[in-house]
Amino acid sequence: MAWPLRFSVVVAGLLAFTVTVEGQNQRNNCIDCHRSLDDEELSQPARAAVDDVHASAGITCADCHGGNPTLEIVDEDYDPAKEPSTGFVGAPSVGDIPTFCGKCHADAAYMQRYDPNLPVDQLAQYWTSGHGKKLREGATDIAECVSCHGSHGMLAVSDPRAPVYPTKVAGTCGGCHADEEHMAPYGLPTDQMALHRESVHGRALYQDGDLSAPTCNTCHGNHGASPPGLSSVSLVCGNCHAIQRDFFTKSPHRAAFADLGEPECETCHGNHEVAPVTDELLGVAEGQICGECHFEDEEAYTIAKTLRQDIEELKARIAEARTTVEGAAVAGMEVSEAELILIDANQALVKARNTVHAVSADALREQTDTGRKLADQALEMGIAALGELQFRQKGLAVSVFFILLVVIGLYLKIQQIERPPRPTDE
Amino acid sequence: MRVAATRLYHWVDERIPLSPLVEFAREKSVPSHRYSVFYFFGGATLFFFGLQVATGILLLLYYRPTAEAAFESVRFIMTEVSFGWLIRSIHSWSANLMVLCAFLHMATVFFMRAYRKPREMTWWTGALLLLVSMGFGFSGYLLPWNELAFFATRVGTDVARKTPLIGEFLSQFLRGGDDVTGATLTRFFGFHVAVLPMIATTLLLLHLLFIQRQGMSVPDSQTEEASRRPGTKFFPNYFLRELIGWAVALAILAALASLFPWELGRKADPFAPAPAGIKPEWYFLFMFQTLKYLPATIAGIEGEFVGLVFFGVGGLLWFFWPLIDRGSPGGKPSRLVTTVGVAALAFIGVMTLLGYIGS
Repeated sequence: MAWPLRFSVVVAGLLAFTVTVEGQNQRNNCIDCHRSLDDEELSQPARAAVDDVHASAGITCADCHGGNPTLEIVDEDYDPAKEPSTGFVGAPSVGDIPTFCGKCHADAAYMQRYDPNLPVDQLAQYWTSGHGKKLREGATDIAECVSCHGSHGMLAVSDPRAPVYPTKVAGTCGGCHADEEHMAPYGLPTDQMALHRESVHGRALYQDGDLSAPTCNTCHGNHGASPPGLSSVSLVCGNCHAIQRDFFTKSPHRAAFADLGEPECETCHGNHEVAPVTDELLGVAEGQICGECHFEDEEAYTIAKTLRQDIEELKARIAEARTTVEGAAVAGMEVSEAELILIDANQALVKARNTVHAVSADALREQTDTGRKLADQALEMGIAALGELQFRQKGLAVSVFFILLVVIGLYLKIQQIERPPRPTDE
Repeated sequence: MRVAATRLYHWVDERIPLSPLVEFAREKSVPSHRYSVFYFFGGATLFFFGLQVATGILLLLYYRPTAEAAFESVRFIMTEVSFGWLIRSIHSWSANLMVLCAFLHMATVFFMRAYRKPREMTWWTGALLLLVSMGFGFSGYLLPWNELAFFATRVGTDVARKTPLIGEFLSQFLRGGDDVTGATLTRFFGFHVAVLPMIATTLLLLHLLFIQRQGMSVPDSQTEEASRRPGTKFFPNYFLRELIGWAVALAILAALASLFPWELGRKADPFAPAPAGIKPEWYFLFMFQTLKYLPATIAGIEGEFVGLVFFGVGGLLWFFWPLIDRGSPGGKPSRLVTTVGVAALAFIGVMTLLGYIGS
């Protein structure tokens, strides 16, 4: 780099630094004074503001709490900076917090200045939630904005340290919902968080680190948090499990569950404790779900039995085909096409498992027939490959035999031409 | 039939005298001693080369050298073409056996010190033939356009980039661009079926010509025995023995091709992450493994660069060895040659083994 260019870069850097320092030096009495206070409750907000998502966006204490932070303080008299004419509101009461935050967060025009992607319906949703309704009724031990997001030192949702980050949500909700004393007046259970942690969803989230795995707010909503109604469970689960939901809505179970007052997906799979689904759940034998409601003299009992048998038969066909194809592959045969067909057969099995939610033997049969045909096709190709292998090995044995004959013939020829002449020949 | 052949011979002989050639063949003999068996490696290499040409031409009937069609065409050869699997398998196996025989041939020539005056040029053409064989292997490995070959070629051409002075040019020249693409495949195909065969044929003819002109070398330790025993007449005695060797080689090849068909793998996907266990062909493995062991920098110089300089210097020593080994002209075995040879073979053997164990 030539030196005039280097010089320009240095000057530009210095200018930028000066501008930044000037911007930061703007007077903020709130921070300056509160930081030096001995009372932890009063000094903590000023110290925590360093990491705060609002502060980093340039929003000052006065933007939320009012007051005049630039007024020169004379003789340690702070009152002029907090006069009503300055709009000073101080710390809001619990009941006022939603509207306190909503002043900005429900104002679409204001929020667009910072992040046009942020929703602005949190406040409206909150009032529809169980929390919002209770707050309006006057409860003070109820979750509002600060309960979940914190107040000063608030972090963005995408920050892994934030209490509302996917892996932290259950702990945040559990702060109240796992507290027996706190929940006693509301008659709510407190084991949801522990159950969720052990569920297939919890394992995906905590053990596999899959941030898309569901946690409390995925099913219950966040700002509008409420338990899903009996008839809306399948809509909640169906957000992710759409195919299963479609089959379920067409199934006789839907109307039956509604009549019986049973929740939809939850009746078979549970809710917070939802376990990994295996084929073992399907059927009428002991420990299998269908057998808990259906008994031998019912048609549904026979259907449940047929569903399981059909799935098992398809699995067995695929396993047989896989063993044959893998055997041929291990022997070095080219069976990539059969392997591709096996993948399709597995897809058919997956589809068949989904179709189980329709509880229709005919619908399932349609899927398993497709899978069976594919498995049979792969099996045929595997058998053909093994047959071809045998042919090659036999061919090898024959060709080695002939090569050996040639070797013997050549050896005898060498012996013949190198044999010393017999004395009688001379 | 015999009459017709005799008439044809005389017809040609009248125009181009064949008698001196026939006389030469009749007179030609191969020294007979304890190590005569090692002479077979050269013949076996030639046999496998012949098979490579024959099977290569057959593969050319169906192979299509584009990124879109190469993999599919090889799969077609292996699954649809009658005995296509056998042709491809023989081509792949005999390529490896050819390189193996060439290595063994070179090692026996080295230890028997057959490279000494007046056979320096035979050694050089042989050394170049070995390099060309490795070039055949490197270019041919990519042609099925499968996953392992694709990524191994990417690694191989990346290493080429580290070559002192010409690295960048060499990498671009081999790849036909910044990365391994369809352009590389077409280029490698061109090298494999046109450029390298032309060079190999020329070198091979020269190599054979030198051998015919100078006869077989006899190791120092065997000169006495060789002078006592009459040599084996080349035609038909030695030639028939050679045929036995070739027949055995063919039987081994048939067994390998039938029992362990050369696998096709998955089609290369340039956007997929590199699969585990990428390694080059076994004859490049010792270099690959050595480069893996080298630290990122050695005395402030890039480790791979140091490794390539090491192999470059080693290669030059190997090539010019006939000029370096001038000791013990009196015919005694050379301790230096044995030590250097054993050390080099041990290094190559250990590194190759580690390459297999490591993967």
